[in-house]
Amino acid sequence: MSDKIKVLIVDDSLIIREAIHKHLKGFNIEVVGTAEDGKVALEVFKKTDPDVVTLDITMPEMDGLTVLEEMLKLKGNVKVMVVTALSDKATGLKAIKIGAKSFLPKPFTPEKLRDSFQRLIAQN
Amino acid sequence: MMNETDLHFFIDSTMNYFEEVTNEKASAGIPYIKDEEPVVLGYTGIIGISGKRKGSIYITTNEAMLKEIAHIILGLDDIQGDDIKDLVGEIANTISGNVRQAYGSDFMISVPVVVEGKAKDIKMPDNIQSFVVPLTWKDHKSFLVVCLE
Repeated sequence: MSDKIKVLIVDDSLIIREAIHKHLKGFNIEVVGTAEDGKVALEVFKKTDPDVVTLDITMPEMDGLTVLEEMLKLKGNVKVMVVTALSDKATGLKAIKIGAKSFLPKPFTPEKLRDSFQRLIAQN
Repeated sequence: MMNETDLHFFIDSTMNYFEEVTNEKASAGIPYIKDEEPVVLGYTGIIGISGKRKGSIYITTNEAMLKEIAHIILGLDDIQGDDIKDLVGEIANTISGNVRQAYGSDFMISVPVVVEGKAKDIKMPDNIQSFVVPLTWKDHKSFLVVCLE
């Protein structure tokens, strides 16, 4: 049980949180929390110490790129996959420059999500 | 001032959403300039736009279409009201977020506002023309309304 990957899902959309949870069920993971805005995400992050975070950008309270910076200050080796409708290259590059390990544009298919997640967890 | 190319960015983004998420193409009817006639169905997702361009967009649709798309996304038969309401906001967010591929990252979008129930109309900026794009996905009708400076 202890070797399960702890995952936090952050998105202001309920249906996207549910979809990510559902489509990642085949992996050896434990979803330790979900959050609907940036502030809640940081609170849940501190409480649950996840290994992997899926992170939206456009959210109330605090945007995802700011959340990403804060999470990396708290835990430098957390693997963050940014999942966003802001699909332009500049946003992707910015997320990667800050320290995201993966960038998945919305809309995504279950296959694209699982492929991105697989590549993410395979990274050292 | 908004032109035909601008409108195409939004239409392409909308078509891509339906095809990617549902594996079934939607079609767009002939766009027209919105007049006094209300364009509003049961669920509406609205996004404010700021930065390089200013204005707002919304997509308005019915419960049956949202239930069907939610069923495709979640694989569940029992789709809850919260999911339906949330989905229309997420569709609006994805359509407007994806057009940053054309406009760049100075094109800023708000979080979605969702209006449930048939409002009298959706208020758009008075000083800018709004374009209405009729959409058909399977048997469902909906409308994309784009209002950009």
